[in-house]
Amino acid sequence: MARFRPGDRVRVLPDVVDTHHRTPAYVKGRTGRVHAPSGSFHDPEDRAYGGSGLPKRDLYLIEFDMQSLWGPRYGGGEEDKLLIDIYEQWLEPAGNPAGRQD
Amino acid sequence: MGADHDHGGDHHHPGLAEDLSLGEPARRLMAMEELLVEKGVIGADEVRRVMDVIAARSPVDGARVVARAWMDPAFKLRLLEDPRAALAELGYPVVSGSKLAVVENTENLHHLVVCTLCSCYPTSLLGPPPDWYKSFAYRSRAVVDPRGVMREFGLEVGEAVEVRVVDSAADLRYMVLPRRPEGTEGMAEEDLVALVTRDSLVGVGAPNQPAVNS
Repeated sequence: MARFRPGDRVRVLPDVVDTHHRTPAYVKGRTGRVHAPSGSFHDPEDRAYGGSGLPKRDLYLIEFDMQSLWGPRYGGGEEDKLLIDIYEQWLEPAGNPAGRQD
Repeated sequence: MGADHDHGGDHHHPGLAEDLSLGEPARRLMAMEELLVEKGVIGADEVRRVMDVIAARSPVDGARVVARAWMDPAFKLRLLEDPRAALAELGYPVVSGSKLAVVENTENLHHLVVCTLCSCYPTSLLGPPPDWYKSFAYRSRAVVDPRGVMREFGLEVGEAVEVRVVDSAADLRYMVLPRRPEGTEGMAEEDLVALVTRDSLVGVGAPNQPAVNS
């Protein structure tokens, strides 16, 4: 069962860990939106250490506004975005758009 | 091969001498591969076979897929919805492992693909990535200053166009479906294939313009 739906606001966990993971530092602690689910895959954080990677984990394509990610030093359009695949265990709800109840 | 000489001499075994001069990462990789084979995790020729599959692919394969999508709107929809099935229609074998995703550039939207963590790339369709794709400079700058990076590649993206940088991880590999150049109406599919550059499949470039002939 997918935890997040397109449009949901999510925050990437700020955790600093020294084990294998695929969440780059520049999006840690940042808030974005779910663009689309990317499917479920064997968990790379388990597979990296010889595990089966099961149960599979949901991967989400998360969308960030470039302006909110980099601030004024971003030299591009206001609509520009960064999309990145992030595993569910790195995401937490960040409050939903007004008027929506979950 | 002369196996009847002794080893007291001062000659070199070409292969061996070169291997010893390999860098640390390459030697570590070879040792790991030997171990994996020895422990039966992979077959002796498995790495070579996978490398053959990758080396047999090139950006021309991606260009063929793009040209077909330009010619056939129904195929384009299938390609965006379910790339694996669409590629199978064109006879490209389904390679296990990572999934391919296709993102479409339009008049108002331009995608650029990068892998900041390593060098994830749709190798199963496009072959090995170009060296610059793996460079630290590209990986670090594409997410912060995509328009500047594209400008250095010779591509100016208009202010009114939304740029979407896709930072790819290992499980999904992204290919850009570039915009069909103007003035290509009525061109044959094979001629369209020739316009699609590797750079346009990553988003740092646009397809070539058709040669003007009268």
